[in-house]
Amino acid sequence: MAAPSPVTLAVLIVSIVAVAVLISFTAVLKPSPRSLRKKRLSMLVDLRILRLCGGASVLLVLLTLLGLETGEYPIPRFQAISTAFWDRAGEYSFVVNSLRFPRVVTALLAGFCLASSGALFQTLLNNPLVSPDVIGINTGAALCAVFVLAIGADVGLLPWAAFAGAVVTAGTIYLLAWKKGITGNRLVLVGIGINALLASGITYLMVKFPIEQVLAAARWQAGSLFGASWSDARTLIIAIACLTPPAWILVRRLRLIQLGDEMASSLGLRVERERTAIILVASGYAAVAVAVIGPLGFVALLVPHIVRLVAGPLTGGTLVLTGAVGALFLLACDLIAQQLFAPTTLPVGVITAALGGPYFLFILVRYNRAP
Amino acid sequence: MPLEIRPQTIDLKTSDLYLGYGPSPVIDGLNFVVPAGKMTAVIGANGSGKSTLLRGLSRVLKPTSGSVLLNGRNIHEQSTKAVARQVGLLPQGPTAPSGLTVMDLVRRGRYPHQRMFEQWSSEDEMAVQKALALTKLSDSADDLVDHLSGGQRQRAWIAMALSQDAHLMLLDEPTTYLDIAHQVEILELLKKLNIEEARTVVMVLHDINQGSRYADHVVAMLNGAVAVQGAPQEVLTASMIERVFGLKAVVIADPVTGTPLCVPDAPENA
Repeated sequence: MAAPSPVTLAVLIVSIVAVAVLISFTAVLKPSPRSLRKKRLSMLVDLRILRLCGGASVLLVLLTLLGLETGEYPIPRFQAISTAFWDRAGEYSFVVNSLRFPRVVTALLAGFCLASSGALFQTLLNNPLVSPDVIGINTGAALCAVFVLAIGADVGLLPWAAFAGAVVTAGTIYLLAWKKGITGNRLVLVGIGINALLASGITYLMVKFPIEQVLAAARWQAGSLFGASWSDARTLIIAIACLTPPAWILVRRLRLIQLGDEMASSLGLRVERERTAIILVASGYAAVAVAVIGPLGFVALLVPHIVRLVAGPLTGGTLVLTGAVGALFLLACDLIAQQLFAPTTLPVGVITAALGGPYFLFILVRYNRAP
Repeated sequence: MPLEIRPQTIDLKTSDLYLGYGPSPVIDGLNFVVPAGKMTAVIGANGSGKSTLLRGLSRVLKPTSGSVLLNGRNIHEQSTKAVARQVGLLPQGPTAPSGLTVMDLVRRGRYPHQRMFEQWSSEDEMAVQKALALTKLSDSADDLVDHLSGGQRQRAWIAMALSQDAHLMLLDEPTTYLDIAHQVEILELLKKLNIEEARTVVMVLHDINQGSRYADHVVAMLNGAVAVQGAPQEVLTASMIERVFGLKAVVIADPVTGTPLCVPDAPENA
């Protein structure tokens, strides 16, 4: 029970190798577009992206099963899977169906949200170093949530407080960066300033309130999936259901904004309106994830960047792929966080930061060297 | 859905148009009619309002007063996509996001012809293939835009504007930053589009002589107004160049085409 079982480790390693193989295999493939047409309905599908999405789904299933098998409490091999799917009233029902399963699903959904948010922000601002955690959206959500935790208010308020914090922060950044329109660079710089300001606000709250109340806030702030419940998963599912259709519609317009405001405008877009909508949707994704699992860093930064390197510029298809890879990444990080120093479990934010920090530096160096 | 009848000509004009970014207007009460079916070069000193005029004509910049009329109606009161199907703009020095292929770029020009569930019709496909063929980029369709040479890259952007399939193409300094061979290549391409594809072309040019050689109509701008316009032979005179650019120049006949060729005078003669 302390050390991960050999099967667990083996499957984990196989999954990671499979991801690596998948990425290196598809990176050399050219885009293979196919047009689907039926009467007046038509769309363009890139088979390569479709294949990548398929591969990611297989891994998602594998990793979900692995997640169910992984944990402190000893459960006979494969018993956890049967308890989760068909034998729901089994002996281990509480551990599997109330602890592990919701945690796995919450990790997947939160990863999907964070990565989608990052993909939208990075494409909108044409900057690979941007993500909701860099420009202060996550910190805004965290400030409100920490306040709720510190004053000892009802924990049920937490998602709403975080969401309000994220949206107010996004609005503030947008207004401060507005000068007859929005340019990406100004928005990023304003965001970094706001981020610092909000972070100092959090520190102030942590110092001001009694330690025992602040402790919960501190743990939440590191980003943790500990204690994730079905109601967390439900919050995320509702948010994804509300945000994904508009995100899909907006991606096609975002692809034009990417070519420059003048170009987008002359192609028939009302640029400011679309940009506002994209910022709202992207902030919404980030806010709901932060509300549920805390201001988890680097997922929104790293995953969209990797997917863009492999799959190319953002399309509706790559947005889904980014979400799927985000889900995989966060769940994998959580499993590592649980197993690395078992029986002590780390907050998942420690792992994402440990992987994301070096990667951030890597992008920074590459970005600065680019012509 | 009734099939849209796309006009094969353009009716675009400005009416007492004021355009600007701050308190003082850059375009100052302009009345200008885009010469339909022609190739027009807009020339003028830096800051005379050439680029601003193109931005105004293409709905990118909203007038502070007055209006731009497309088929007699204010362009800011029409469907943005309907305007985009008739008027296209290629801004100065456009930049593509990294990792973008030529094909992907050119496809994006089809946006004004698409709907939410009608994203890639056979018409879209044909327009893209034709745009690539006209710009001789069919073989480079899968290349990354970042990896192209300057001339190829500009052709890729022109291909995108072509796939938009607008009758009027507005181009802001399409030849800037290109070497002379690529400048000629782009201008020849635009001439071909004007003649063979019957597109109306309005381009801002810094090089008066290129305007003289390739355009049917030259518009010289001065302080936000049209100083003079007409056929190159009528417009490009030493006195006009002195008035518009503040430069003494000698105008001779181009040894190749016979069109006016402007040669700056030596400062000691001035």
